[in-house]
Amino acid sequence: MDFLNNLFTNLYDAIKLFMIDLLKGSTLTIDAQSVLVALVMAVIAISAILIFAPLTMLTLTYLERKLVGRFQSRIGANRAGPFGLLQPFADMIKFFIKEDIIPANADKLVHTLAPIAVNIPVVLAFAVLPFGKGMTALDLNVGVLYVVAVGSLTIIGIFMAGFGSSNKFALIGGMRAVAQIISYEVPQVLTLVTILLLSGTMSLNKIVEAQSGWGGMQWFIFALPVGPIAFFIFMLAAFAEAGRVPFDLPEAESELTAGYFTEYSGMKFGMFYFAEFLNLFFLCALGATLFLGGWQGPFLPGWLWLLIKAYALVFVAFWFRGTLPRFRIDHLMGLAWKVLVPLALVNIFLTTVLLPVYNALGF
Amino acid sequence: MLDRFGLLGLFAIAALTFPLVPIIGALILSPKKPSKAKMTTYECGLEFEDFPEAAQQVWVQFRVQYYIYALIFVVFDVEVVFLYPWAVAYNALGLFAAVEMAIFIGILVMALAYAWRKGLLEWV
Repeated sequence: MDFLNNLFTNLYDAIKLFMIDLLKGSTLTIDAQSVLVALVMAVIAISAILIFAPLTMLTLTYLERKLVGRFQSRIGANRAGPFGLLQPFADMIKFFIKEDIIPANADKLVHTLAPIAVNIPVVLAFAVLPFGKGMTALDLNVGVLYVVAVGSLTIIGIFMAGFGSSNKFALIGGMRAVAQIISYEVPQVLTLVTILLLSGTMSLNKIVEAQSGWGGMQWFIFALPVGPIAFFIFMLAAFAEAGRVPFDLPEAESELTAGYFTEYSGMKFGMFYFAEFLNLFFLCALGATLFLGGWQGPFLPGWLWLLIKAYALVFVAFWFRGTLPRFRIDHLMGLAWKVLVPLALVNIFLTTVLLPVYNALGF
Repeated sequence: MLDRFGLLGLFAIAALTFPLVPIIGALILSPKKPSKAKMTTYECGLEFEDFPEAAQQVWVQFRVQYYIYALIFVVFDVEVVFLYPWAVAYNALGLFAAVEMAIFIGILVMALAYAWRKGLLEWV
């Protein structure tokens, strides 16, 4: 079990030792050697994430098709390969060989840069996520602040898409997306204050460690009553930020065609889906890290536990998609500002009052 | 700690190349057969040749509602920048800091209540 648990960290250490051994014979100074090793190891950590991201994307598209199909009493994708397992690959090939159309009226530079700009913050956010024990690409001591800061950059790409397409549907979709995402950002970042008060640190690794003990009863979601409230606010805001049903107004297909990516085709269109799914997965994994004990769990390896918890939350998102109708825009904004923001502020107050009790309980 | 932020720069470069690679790959693989009708802006219910102005009218002044939401957002996001370090150091700071922060949040809640009362949070 230990072998599986430490599989990736051991692999990483082995490569590091190999690198150091390799450089011992060289003429470089000790300082230059250590810098080189650090650089190579960083590149390896980054590549691990860059391999992980597309795999997640493939799994998520397949899962969504299958699960939503089941929720709606359909079978879902089943033509390409056994159980339709090759469907994501077929989709990927299609993205690659479809013509990329840029409308004559569009702002070509902004139109082209938007799908790139939308993906950068999503990939950047993965840098601080603790995938397992010692499996953080970059253990920043301001992890939570970093995640919040990077996460809010997504709207720039989305607005670029809406503006650069020179299409009314796209512009309205982009405007709505910006209004919605910044509105839901406020309750989300306010609710994270509860976690910071409970854990006393901004490093995601230390937050996970603070939730160990008592066999999972010290997960922050069990810090009654503030934990469940904070979790509820966080996940609602996460679904809204990822543009999931019931908060998918920026791309409401029945009124706005496809919202901000109406004018996109081919791989650029695919990149928007990529960003959306990765963002959803990241926010679910973050929710699991902050509230559900992260990679901690019995028997199974840590990284598997994080994936299980994250996918469980993703499943809830698909479940919402399969069952709930879309919000109306005024209800949506009202929910953020009139319900979730006051609730988050009350929650912060409650946490400060109850903090001695939580500290005594070991949270 | 600073070296970690240096590695973050490396990460930013990787994040930039990440979406670039498939887009450039698709540029090489995909066919290019532009035609006039294909390059028109998508519209619903009107023939584009008959209404060329439909596309030119897109970049218009947008309603001020969005601007007000953005202002309230900035207020709260800056508040959070102060709240985070306070929350992390809360146990060390004691009662004085708690009361201070209560006053600080109280002022902002009053601002939110004012905006609410003025109907700025109503979507029209």
